[in-house]
Amino acid sequence: MNTTVVAPAHAEPRDFLCREEAHPHSGTLLGFWLYLMSDCFIFAALFACNAVLGTNVAGGPSARDVFDLPGLAVNTALLLFSSVTFGFAMLEMARRHKRAMLGWLAVSGMLAAAFVGLEIHEFATMIAEGAGPGRSAFLSSFFTLVGTHGLHVTVGIIWLIVLMVQMGKHGLTEANRRRLMCLSMFWHFLDLVWVGVFSYVYLVGVLR
Amino acid sequence: MPDRPAIWNFLLGRLSLSSLPLDNTIVVWTFVAVALGGAAVVGAITYHRQWGYLWNEWFTSVDHKKLGVMYMVLATVMLFRGFADAMLMRSQQAIAFGSNLGYLPPHHYDQIFTAHGAIMIFFVAMAYIAGFMNFVMPLQIGARDVAFPFLNNFSFWLTVAGVVLFMASLFIGDFSHAGWLGMPPVSELRQSPGPGVDYYIWGLQLSGLGTLLTGINFVVTVIKMRAPGMTLMKMPMFTWTTLCTSGLIVVTFPILTATLFLLSLDRYIGTHFFTNGFGGNVMMYVNLIWVWGHPEVYILILPMFGLYSEIVATFSSKRLFGYSSMVYATASIMLLSYLVWLHHFFTMGSGADVNSFFALTTMMISIPTGVKIFNWLFTMYRGRVRFTVPMLWTMGFLFTFTIGGMTGVMLAVAPADFLLHNSLFLVAHFHNVIIGGVVFGVFAGINYWFPKAFGFRLDEFWGKLSFWFWQIGFWVAFGPLYVLGLMGVTRRLSHFTDPSLQIWFIVAAFGAFLILLGILSFVMQIVVSIRRRDELAVGNDPWGGRTLEWSTSSPPPPYNFAFIPRVHERDAWTDMKKHGYQRPLEGFNAIHMPKNTAAGMLLAGLGTVFGFAMVWYIWWLAVLSFVALLAAAITHTFNYDRDGHLDAEEVARFEHTGNWAPKAQGTTA
Amino acid sequence: MLSGCDLVLLHPAGDVARQESDLMIASVILMSLIIVPVLIAIGVIAWRYRSTNKHADYDPEWDHSSKFELMVWAAPLLIIIVLGAMTWIGTHQLDPYRALTRTGAGQPLAATTQPLEVEVVSLDWKWLFFYPQYGIATVNQLAAPLDTPIHFKLTSTETMNAFFVPSLSGMIYSMPGMQTVLNAVINKPGDFDGFSSNYSGEGFTDMRFRFLGMSQRDFSRWVAKVRASGGNLDTRTFNQLNQPSRAEPVHYYARFDADLYHRILNRCVDPGQLCMDAMMTMGAHGDHAMRDGAAGDAMPSHPSMTAPARDAATH
Ligand code: HEM
Ligand SMILES: [Cu+2]
Repeated sequence: MNTTVVAPAHAEPRDFLCREEAHPHSGTLLGFWLYLMSDCFIFAALFACNAVLGTNVAGGPSARDVFDLPGLAVNTALLLFSSVTFGFAMLEMARRHKRAMLGWLAVSGMLAAAFVGLEIHEFATMIAEGAGPGRSAFLSSFFTLVGTHGLHVTVGIIWLIVLMVQMGKHGLTEANRRRLMCLSMFWHFLDLVWVGVFSYVYLVGVLR
Repeated sequence: MPDRPAIWNFLLGRLSLSSLPLDNTIVVWTFVAVALGGAAVVGAITYHRQWGYLWNEWFTSVDHKKLGVMYMVLATVMLFRGFADAMLMRSQQAIAFGSNLGYLPPHHYDQIFTAHGAIMIFFVAMAYIAGFMNFVMPLQIGARDVAFPFLNNFSFWLTVAGVVLFMASLFIGDFSHAGWLGMPPVSELRQSPGPGVDYYIWGLQLSGLGTLLTGINFVVTVIKMRAPGMTLMKMPMFTWTTLCTSGLIVVTFPILTATLFLLSLDRYIGTHFFTNGFGGNVMMYVNLIWVWGHPEVYILILPMFGLYSEIVATFSSKRLFGYSSMVYATASIMLLSYLVWLHHFFTMGSGADVNSFFALTTMMISIPTGVKIFNWLFTMYRGRVRFTVPMLWTMGFLFTFTIGGMTGVMLAVAPADFLLHNSLFLVAHFHNVIIGGVVFGVFAGINYWFPKAFGFRLDEFWGKLSFWFWQIGFWVAFGPLYVLGLMGVTRRLSHFTDPSLQIWFIVAAFGAFLILLGILSFVMQIVVSIRRRDELAVGNDPWGGRTLEWSTSSPPPPYNFAFIPRVHERDAWTDMKKHGYQRPLEGFNAIHMPKNTAAGMLLAGLGTVFGFAMVWYIWWLAVLSFVALLAAAITHTFNYDRDGHLDAEEVARFEHTGNWAPKAQGTTA
Repeated sequence: MLSGCDLVLLHPAGDVARQESDLMIASVILMSLIIVPVLIAIGVIAWRYRSTNKHADYDPEWDHSSKFELMVWAAPLLIIIVLGAMTWIGTHQLDPYRALTRTGAGQPLAATTQPLEVEVVSLDWKWLFFYPQYGIATVNQLAAPLDTPIHFKLTSTETMNAFFVPSLSGMIYSMPGMQTVLNAVINKPGDFDGFSSNYSGEGFTDMRFRFLGMSQRDFSRWVAKVRASGGNLDTRTFNQLNQPSRAEPVHYYARFDADLYHRILNRCVDPGQLCMDAMMTMGAHGDHAMRDGAAGDAMPSHPSMTAPARDAATH
């Protein structure tokens, strides 16, 4: 673009305006995706803390002492299944089967609720055993990372319920479909994070 | 908890009468002044029956231009606050030598530098750039608004929420004394049991969320809402820098949120992330906060680089030199800024390899920055440079920032930093780049875009006066700090023993006084300009602008453009002018407009209450406000009816009555 | 010392600080090669192309020139390459952990020279110095013989500080539960400022000490004086000393509990507290703990974390 040639004023006429009202494309999905990215960084910070503090047991229990791996397997299965059922719900939405979609959503929500329930149980047991978040830096980082994930799942469940009500009231409108799409991204994202938590915090934690 | 009946502790948490600093005369008088001033403002608004206007046209507005202006007003108010803190510190340091302890004991002095730093960064510099990005970017890309107008309003009110908590700390309880980054162990419960650090945490959490949402919003806006024909490499430079800054916000602010969250866990539920015992690790905080902190300074400076690019091109009446170089430079600064954080603690005993690595990455950033300076020079080269007020600020920036950049690279030389770290040399350096880069840019930008926002120019005389006071004042105030740094004087001291240093601090205080005159001149500039607004009225394009914001009326109509522009070249408006573009006066369409909403204010207000309750351990209120917040947010999602529209006649009315005078003042003069 | 403008960082009295200072000055000279022309060019170009100067050429479309663009990238790049090389070398040579190889320009260290060992603890808000080779300890006063390498080990009780004697060498952080290391030498006699250069709370302003550079004879006398003071730094005295205080006067101790520094570092001063190094050896990962100082091996995966705990003893 070496324009030493000065374009003559009033050169060939150019059209500088869009006469029709354009339909702006919605940026919601992109925006939500960006939000998920930023959330990723929150989890990255928490993972980093776990990586650094994971062996600082300060004379207290270590990962090997407190983790209940079989219980964990159940928990993981619950969350993974809820992702699958959420996928079914999305398929039903594409087919515009509202009832079936709501059904699958309910199933996903219940699986996630069971996940949260088990997690609360795990936390309660650990705290009762004297392995609470205040015991050592290792436990602080464990509770915070896992708890933050659990909190996200809880928010997801609340959001799911709200959306189901809205779907029931207004049907599969464009806005509602967009919202469900966001929630579905959120849901799968939490699944991914859990895979990280599961393999890094629990498995590697026990091994190192 | 105060010693009193349990019911009071339940109701008020740890808040009590003794939380009010009634024994501190400075604070009491400040409070009296603020209260009287506030009452006067409220009274005046009520008397003139302006509440409805403010509410309908501003507070609940989702218009990016209005929000931009509100950010600017907020930032200016906070600049006064932050500067008042600076004056207190400057005067304390000028007198506190030997047996004279000055008037600020460490207990107060430490709070003041913390408040000054945090306010200047989060509520002055950040608020100003948010203001500019809001006002300018959608206009530059030929859009009607940002991608998420409601979210934009919410972001603004979250910033206000942070401000409210910070300001409340002045009169209820006290503020953090742990420095602007709230470093443990000072910020842990042992050394900071009071509410100060909690004010700091919750203030930043609320406003930080607002900033994050702004970042997301603007990335989506730039990506999705550009006018047809405006490819990425045809975007104005300011839009480019907005995109990069917003991207940086999205990937860094969550880290700040996470870090402060961990600190609050340490303080509220007794975890051990950054404590001394139980396996906690302070260095983790230092690393995390700087992983956010260094990109943060580029978040501040990048939009200013964009702004200077627009101004230099406009007032040289010439295309920006080396546009693609500029874009690549911006992008590489953005990427590199994530790889340099450790230069803030070379002295922590990291090995030589680690230190060298971070020293080199830091130096590498100076290359694209240098490229930018050269490109601005070559933009003036073979141009027709008009020394208007915005251009003067830009020239001041070029001088000042170049020198600040040099001292920055000195600090990047790790062994030199062993001597200079945490010294007044460092303080001089970062004020050199922040004032020379960001603050000068703010004034350049205000002078440049004010006519666009309000339809009249700012007065030249007071503008120039303000510029010279700031420019000279800056060097008088911070030149001595460079010297003191080389004399081995460290920062954050409230008292000195060596009397030979005093003269330098007195000079610095005088410099701060000159800056005060600069700030007052700026206030005068605004006042005088408002009075002379008819004389100073301008059309849509007072400077011979080059980008799309100058193609619409001043101030722009609510919908910005009656017809979305179609872009063919980089300097779209110059292109339109060159091709003899005539704006249409008929044939308008109805335009979709988002409705105003009070939801953002309500949610942020509840957030403020929640933050306040957490600060004071008023648990019932915290729970209540949190539940209310959740309920309000959910209720808001049940509102599907957010769009209104403006019909064609109204559009026509705007188009026929707006400020469109075609004259461009001094385009070729 | 009390001249109006004593730029100590430009002519320090210790060899390490001097080299750091030289590097700083060299970097300024190097950068001036580009900064000064740019500063001049800003003024000259703006003035030459001012809009009232109709003689200057005007080319509103000129926005690209491969030659110029190459130059604007190459010029800073070249400077940074040179500066980067200097920095890389300097950073390695002046690594505070690296044992000194010389005590001054052209004065290589004899292999037999024993460095002076000093263990430094920052308390709230004063400095405690142990001299393990002499069995003495001092508060807020530090002395060292001329031209003798000094090997500092540093830690802190509760707050994070930085140990800084501008005339002697660059600063280094002192942190609770962790140990950092600094090697330095003083070449000129004198009474120099020392202080904390990392904000650590309310008493930070007064957290100063004197650093005395003395001839070997004077130093021996100084040691004798401290010994003659007779005080004993045991756990109880230490706990008293450890109470937060401001502007603490100088204290001398003729004796101290031999393992006191180790216990401070490992956060087990009071009997009955489990030392951090013991805690770690107990755990499954004891190997971390065998390093010098043991404590603070908090973040082995992170560069800056490994450093404080890494073995200082390169000598
Ligand atoms: C307008 C004139 C200004 C003056 C006279 C001034 C003065 C000061 C002073 C005296 C200090 C304390 C130095 C010390 O610790 O010894 C300080 C610290 C600081 N200033 Fe400014 N300042 C000004 C503007 C700004 C601006 C515009 C910003 C940022 C946008 C800023 C950011 C900071 C920060 C981050 C600190 C560090 C606070 C800390 O130590 O935690 N200042 N300033
Ligand atoms: Cu940085």
